[in-house]
Amino acid sequence: RGSSSRSEAKSGRADLIFLIRFRHCCLLRNQRCVLAYLYDRLLRIRALRWEYGSVLPNTIQFHMSAEEVEWFNRYKKSLATYMRSVGGEEGLDLTQDIKPPKSLYIEVRCLRDYGEFEIDDGTTILLKKNSQHFLPRWKCEQLIRQGVLEHILS
Amino acid sequence: SFVQGSKLEIPLWLAKGLHDSKRRIISVELPKIYKEAWRTVFSADASVVDLHKMGPYYYGFGSQLLNFDNPENPEIAQTILQTFISRFRRIMDSSQNAYNEDTSALVARMDELERALFRAGQKGLNDFQCWEKGQASQITVSSLVQNYGKRKFTDMDD
Repeated sequence: RGSSSRSEAKSGRADLIFLIRFRHCCLLRNQRCVLAYLYDRLLRIRALRWEYGSVLPNTIQFHMSAEEVEWFNRYKKSLATYMRSVGGEEGLDLTQDIKPPKSLYIEVRCLRDYGEFEIDDGTTILLKKNSQHFLPRWKCEQLIRQGVLEHILS
Repeated sequence: SFVQGSKLEIPLWLAKGLHDSKRRIISVELPKIYKEAWRTVFSADASVVDLHKMGPYYYGFGSQLLNFDNPENPEIAQTILQTFISRFRRIMDSSQNAYNEDTSALVARMDELERALFRAGQKGLNDFQCWEKGQASQITVSSLVQNYGKRKFTDMDD
C-alpha cells in the first residue's frame, strides 16, 4: 500500500508539472499575441507622423489609447528636436520632399471641399471640389498626402 | 487529465513549450511532407510541388520542427534548404519579368515565404517602371489615409 501511494504521489506530481507547463505556455502565448498587436499599432502610429502630419485627425486619435497618444507626442518631439539639429540654422524638415521634387510649383486638383487656404503672399484660395490650382509645392505636399488635393503631372 | 500514450493534435507553440528532451513529456510526430517519402519527391524536382497546399508555411514551419530532437533532423533541414535553392531562381526571375500581368497562377503554388519574396521583387519592378515613366516625383496620397477613408468608424457619440 505504501509503494502504491508513493507511485500515486509521483504520477500526481508529474501531472502537476504538466499542467503548470501547459498553463505557462498559454500565458506566454497570450502575452506574445498582445505584444504583437500593440507593436503593430505603434508602427502604424509612427507612420502617421510621416505620412499624415503632426496633427492627427480626431477620428484616429479617438481610437488611440492614452499611452499611444503620449507616445505619439513624444515621438513628434524627438523628431522635431532632431530635425532642428541638422541642416544649419533653420533645421531641416525631413518629412517634406519625400518624392524628389522636379519644380517649385505644381498643378493640383482639389478632391473635396476643403475651404480657404492661405498662401505665402497673403492671398487666400478657395479649395472647392474639382477646382484646379497652380501652387507652391511645399504648401501642398501635406494636403496631397492627406488626400485633399491630387498632384497632376503635366 | 491526459492519459499517457494518447495522441493529440496541438498547436506548434504549445508543442514547443511542452517539449523537453530530459523529461519526455511529449513526442512529436512529423507531418507527412517532412517525412522520407515526401522528401524524396522534393529532391527529385522541387519546383513542381504546390507548396501552398502543402504548407502554407513550409519553410517556417519546417524550421520550427527542428526543435524537437528528431533523429531525421539533418535530412529534414537539408531538404528544406535544397527545396528553397531549387525554387528560388524561378521566383526571382518571374517577379522581375511579370509587369502588369495576372500573376495569380504563378503565386498559387508558392508558400508564404516565397510569396513575400515575390511581392518584394514585384514592388522593385513597379517602382522602377514608375521612375522610368517620370512618375517618381508625383506626390501621392498616403496609403494609411486611403485605408482610413474606406473604413467606417464606430459612431463617436455612443
